[in-house]
Amino acid sequence: MLKNKRLAILSVLTFLVFTLIFSVNRAQDSSHSQLPASDAHGTEVQATDATHGSDGHGTEGHADAAQGGEKLNAGKIIMEHVADAHGWHLWGHTEIPLPVILYNSERGFSVFSSARFEHGHKTYGGYKLEGQKVVAVNESGEVDAHSATVNEELTAATTDISITKNVATLFIALILMMVIFTSVANAYTRKRKGLAPTGLQNAIEPIIMFMRDEVIKPSIGHKYEKYLPYLLTVFFFIWIANLMGLIPVFPGGANLTGNISVTMTLALFTFVIVTFSANKNYWEHVFVMPGVPKPILLLLTPIEILGVFLRPFVLMIRLFANITAGHIIALSFFCLIFIFGQNGTGVGLAVSPLSLVFTVFMTVLELLVAFLQAYVFTMLSAVYIGAAIEEHHH
Amino acid sequence: MELVKPDFGLVFWMTVSFLIVVFLMRKFAWGPILTSLKERETSIEEALNAARKAKDEVANMKSENERILLEARNERDRILKEARETKDQIVNEARSKAQVEGDRMITIAREAINNEKMAAITELKNQVASLSIDIAEKVIRQQLGNDEKQKALVQELLKDVKMN
Repeated sequence: MLKNKRLAILSVLTFLVFTLIFSVNRAQDSSHSQLPASDAHGTEVQATDATHGSDGHGTEGHADAAQGGEKLNAGKIIMEHVADAHGWHLWGHTEIPLPVILYNSERGFSVFSSARFEHGHKTYGGYKLEGQKVVAVNESGEVDAHSATVNEELTAATTDISITKNVATLFIALILMMVIFTSVANAYTRKRKGLAPTGLQNAIEPIIMFMRDEVIKPSIGHKYEKYLPYLLTVFFFIWIANLMGLIPVFPGGANLTGNISVTMTLALFTFVIVTFSANKNYWEHVFVMPGVPKPILLLLTPIEILGVFLRPFVLMIRLFANITAGHIIALSFFCLIFIFGQNGTGVGLAVSPLSLVFTVFMTVLELLVAFLQAYVFTMLSAVYIGAAIEEHHH
Repeated sequence: MELVKPDFGLVFWMTVSFLIVVFLMRKFAWGPILTSLKERETSIEEALNAARKAKDEVANMKSENERILLEARNERDRILKEARETKDQIVNEARSKAQVEGDRMITIAREAINNEKMAAITELKNQVASLSIDIAEKVIRQQLGNDEKQKALVQELLKDVKMN
């Protein structure tokens, strides 16, 4: 038992070290490529500003830009919609400002509204928005963002824990889930105790029963009850977040479950649970697969060890890729209207019914994917947990 | 590449809020829901078992009733049979008793008749004897009314004696 715990801690540490190395590499890559990239971005924004006095935020801005003779960049529009943001764009130039929370080892905590950046045109408290990334600048106070110079050192020392669009969506999804399930729980314990289920309770119950009896119980075995709260929460969270992502307007529209940070965190939870509930049998199968000759073990053990980390990695990638791809495809179909619209409003209008049909089709497909991915994530988590706690039997 | 780069802020908020929610959901949602579901399942199972038990009991009672009925019927038959036997026995006994009594009475009667008959015969004999003597006396008186005849008779009797 003690040995298992030690192994678990060891593998989590290994994973964290790898993640750290990975992110440091990434950070360096991005800081290397940051300057030219941001320059390009900056010029583009300035060019748009020159014609319209706006930063071309969102589809409408770009559509305007397109008609103004500006080249429409569908890829950029789509990426903007898929990525996280510091404000919640509603329509046109209206957006809900969200709190920016920064911690800098030199400047300390700064908390202010994202409206202070004025869509990236102003600096505030020594920070400015570069795309959707907050960077530190040398100038303090409120000056024009475009003339402010970026302080690389301070930027590196800044930790951004802002309530972004995704964080806000995360909170909404979690609160929604809490409200739904506490009210269902209330129906079980107080309102309709001992009565036949009705309404929401009746809608939710078969899903819970399905997940419990058809997915979690067969995958984990008789010790499944311990893992039910986590797995059910994960399932309903992913499902609700997926569905919220399909709603094009507030409070939906964010690509929460298609964000690598979210899927990574979820996969890490599963990884930690799997690793800490793993028994001797599991580690034996990883390090010394029983009944396998020694020379083959040299080949098999590294693969098995890699497999331990690959499983959560695949969980992370699958959910992220599926949801992001769905958003990208749906947005691409939608953007067709504006791409064709560049050749004249009539062409755009002519294409719009087709584009609409495609978008609706994709959305319906995404409704299925929303459930499917939640189901797959939960089922695989349960299967991994089941494999980790499986008793030795030969 | 921006897309596949984990963002610390989101990871931070996700970890914190998700852990809190898992804990809260476990306490306020899954706990009650799963317990109630389990309770309901056990209660349904218990109800089904009880129903099955009741059914079995009813079946048992039915067979018990049938058994009692059968026993009662058998008992009735037995009693009836016994009664019939007793009746037959009594009748037979009475009959044989009557027979014996009748025989006895007939025997007594026969004896009495015999006795009477014998007595009558004896008396008749006696009367016949006396009558015969009377008749014989009268005949003899008539026949032996003269001497000659007496002499002839003696002669005759003497002849007989000589022959002997």
